[in-house]
Amino acid sequence: MALAQDTPTRTGENTVERNERVTAAAHRIRHHALNMGEVQGQGYVGQALGAADMFAAVYADQLRFRADDPEWAGRDRFLLSTGHYAIGHYAALAEAGIVPVEELETYGSDDSRLPMSGMSTYTPGMEISGGSLGHGLAVAVGMALGLRHQGSPARVYNFLSDGELDEGSTWEAAMGAHHHQLGKLTAMVDINALQADGKTDTVLRTEPVTEKWEAFGWYAQRVDGNDVGALLAAFDNAAAQAAAVGRPSVILCDTKVGRGVPLLEEREKAHFMRIEEHEWQLCREQLSAGFDGKAER
Amino acid sequence: MSTTTKAPKLKTSAMIASFADPGQKTAPAPIGHALVKAAEADHRIVGLTADLGKYTDMHIFAKAFPERFFQMGMAEQLLFGAAAGFAETGLVPFASTYSVFAARRAYDFLCLDIAEPNLNVNIVGGLPGLTTGYGPSHQAAEDMAIFRGMPNLTIVDPCDSVDIEQAVPQLAASDGPTYLRLLRGNVPTVLDEYDYTFELGKAKVLRGGNDVVFVSSGLMTMRALQAAEALAAHKVDVAVVHAPTIKPFDAATVLAEVNTDRLAVTLENHSVVGGLFETVASAVVTAGLGKRVVPVALPDEFLDAGALPTLHERYGLSVPRIVAKVLAELG
Repeated sequence: MALAQDTPTRTGENTVERNERVTAAAHRIRHHALNMGEVQGQGYVGQALGAADMFAAVYADQLRFRADDPEWAGRDRFLLSTGHYAIGHYAALAEAGIVPVEELETYGSDDSRLPMSGMSTYTPGMEISGGSLGHGLAVAVGMALGLRHQGSPARVYNFLSDGELDEGSTWEAAMGAHHHQLGKLTAMVDINALQADGKTDTVLRTEPVTEKWEAFGWYAQRVDGNDVGALLAAFDNAAAQAAAVGRPSVILCDTKVGRGVPLLEEREKAHFMRIEEHEWQLCREQLSAGFDGKAER
Repeated sequence: MSTTTKAPKLKTSAMIASFADPGQKTAPAPIGHALVKAAEADHRIVGLTADLGKYTDMHIFAKAFPERFFQMGMAEQLLFGAAAGFAETGLVPFASTYSVFAARRAYDFLCLDIAEPNLNVNIVGGLPGLTTGYGPSHQAAEDMAIFRGMPNLTIVDPCDSVDIEQAVPQLAASDGPTYLRLLRGNVPTVLDEYDYTFELGKAKVLRGGNDVVFVSSGLMTMRALQAAEALAAHKVDVAVVHAPTIKPFDAATVLAEVNTDRLAVTLENHSVVGGLFETVASAVVTAGLGKRVVPVALPDEFLDAGALPTLHERYGLSVPRIVAKVLAELG
């Protein structure tokens, strides 16, 4: 289902309907991610499943964009700093109607527009080349300043991971956003507590995360990043509390790697999760069973 | 009144305001004034700096266009990441810091956020090569060596205020990223004496000569012209080719001059590794020319702190050292 839209607001929709719509989008994003992972036989499927609700909240609810015109000057910008989450981002772009669903199977293949690590020069709707971590928020600061300078009402969203909180450049940018009073800038941090060499608290302790962002002058909220209702409420709070007074917002999202597929949720957590050939169908069945069960409740 | 003998006044490393010779014609803050002029015609131009606005002559622009000037703090990764963001929205940033910080500290941001997407971001690097006596922390002796490997990046090493004034609008008009080796403060005005205009990507023959050909860039073109005059007194006739665009390099013009029986000498305010000398040398070899090229360049070592005139003499960039080297080469 394409969600081409100029405005995120949907008149006549109540909270339950809004949550259901975004939850359904998250389910499709997870489904796309599993299909992409199966083609490659590997990939950052665990991260994509964990962050699917964040991607859905952005693309199905927050962003103003035109699916048939990804370069539309008035669009809100979504910057994926964490390049290896591209699998989740491509799934969201397909959900948004910017990338055809059938193209997803080319993920990571030669000559594909969908490389393993996200790049703006390859993919429509991809605003920056991520992957060298700690860049996204700095670029987002410049983008938000540039848009404001030109009188644009467009907003800027930066998706980053808790691992990127290790990078000093993230904090340079956090100071810059506060100094320049960038109320239209929202950062989303995926806190899955996992990075390349292991658990975040064993690699480089980043906690207390909320207090750090607050100390840098941001309006910080910490939510269950796999709770769509909580995510949407956080976006609403940020718009009401912070944007109006020119304060940048951060939504700190605790997520679970492999979310929605019990087989993967329970597997030993790894940056690069191994899934055997026969397990992909099982993953899809578990994902669908979980979603159907939720829908029935 | 004291009767003790006064010690001679020492030259100090604080003498960094200008490398102009005493009494030489100069222009104040050419980058600042050129940017103001360019910005009057091109509303896309914005200025950014990382706590070095006053020291890269950007304060002139900031005063003229306060709403188009953005202070990013002493945070070079933010400076260039943000510059990419500005460019992504259609603006044309000129982002200034010292060359050492741009080349060494922010390389990853310049490379991936700016050069890979080929954005029109113009990097303004102060204190290129040996233009400060503060030692290796401030001396960007290897900035071109670092930057030449970056795809899409245009590198400009201007000689004087004329080059800077004429380069700025061309840098703004060119699509991709550029790096300008800034000369700041009271910058010598040299090239107005010649039939010369700056053209991005072009080398120009400033004077002809039958015995020696100098290929130079940056402030060393000024020294090359002075050395050519001095060598005339020794009955040595020297041609000077100014190659302010290091990348993409105008090999056609330079090789046409180098491929003769004359002694070929490159002169640069940069390490002998990875700058103009190696650019010319690779062009010579690629063209299959069996031609010897003599470098006048900084040595491949961390340079001393001290006063600039002392250091230029020590490392061979002074006019007397150039003259002596050429005479020795000619035997």
